[in-house]
Amino acid sequence: MIAAIGLVLGVVVGLAVRPEVPVELQPYLPIAVVAALDALFGGVRALLDGIFDDKVFVVSFLSNVVVAALIVFIGDQLGVGSQLSTAVVVVLGIRIFSNAASIRRHLFHA
Amino acid sequence: MSTADGGRGPAPGGHHRHAAREERAPSGWSVLAHALRPRVSRAQVVTGVLCALLGFAVVTQVRQASTATLSTLRQDDLVRLLDETTTRGDELARELTRLEAERDELLSDDSSRQAAQDAARRSAETQGILTGRLPAVGPGVVVTVADPDGRVKPATLLNLLEELRNAGAEAMQVGDVRLTASSAFTGGAGEVLLDGQPLQAPYRWVVIGDPDTIATALEIPGGALAAVRRDGGDGGVLRREEVEVTALATPAPPTWATPLPAEDG
Repeated sequence: MIAAIGLVLGVVVGLAVRPEVPVELQPYLPIAVVAALDALFGGVRALLDGIFDDKVFVVSFLSNVVVAALIVFIGDQLGVGSQLSTAVVVVLGIRIFSNAASIRRHLFHA
Repeated sequence: MSTADGGRGPAPGGHHRHAAREERAPSGWSVLAHALRPRVSRAQVVTGVLCALLGFAVVTQVRQASTATLSTLRQDDLVRLLDETTTRGDELARELTRLEAERDELLSDDSSRQAAQDAARRSAETQGILTGRLPAVGPGVVVTVADPDGRVKPATLLNLLEELRNAGAEAMQVGDVRLTASSAFTGGAGEVLLDGQPLQAPYRWVVIGDPDTIATALEIPGGALAAVRRDGGDGGVLRREEVEVTALATPAPPTWATPLPAEDG
């Protein structure tokens, strides 16, 4: 419940504050968001698996975000930034799909 | 969804199990419902904070993406965009040049047509005055030739006409008859005919031209007026700022002569 409230609160704050994303961070924010979504789905799956641990969740959340942004940063330095961000999005997308499938199996037994 | 799920799936005794996550037995819904139950635990708070962060980031990114500007693009994309823009700009510049040329052409067409029209109008005016088709006004002289005894000969009047032409007279009339290139004095002394119409003495000439030149030319010794006086008549010249030649002649269209075709089309 607190998680859902937190999500809504974050959306409301984001709508209210209308933050300006610094130019240097602009390529990394979408990747970080996708990585965080992946961590969130992973957390829900772990919860349903009965192995949820808040410490693991926090670490995976933050490391996912940092690693994804780092990969894109390195890609930018190497001149393959757009390709690497595509790769990261694809990989995270696949993970989100598999996590969602696992959650679905838990909830619907199908 | 969370509240609906929470309301739909309260597993019996779900909340009694103190640590649902450590047990495998309960269904997925009951686990979810248990997790969504508002409690203040470290896990809940940490998850809430991270979810708030995620929501904030999502909203920010969505807003950012919807107002995507050039600064978010990568170098490759910018180069491509620049290329496309340059190409498009070149195309537009070429089109501009073409259209400007077309416009200039049309304008010059228009102005040359206008010029031709003006020239035609001026030419029509000139010819109208020269052929006596149009009335004319301008500086000139009024010449009065008195012939009390009826002895002034047509040849003398013709001499006077030639003298006027030599002096640069541009439009003339005698009495009510316009003088043109084909005018002829006929008849005899005292009953002069101009183009077949009888003239009554005194003959009043209205002449448009340089008044000084004409007056001087007529008055020179042995000139036209001297010839009139030799015939027994008398003549006088009055210089005027403005005289009007109002008599009109209707030039007959040429029967034999046709214009020589112009060299260029």
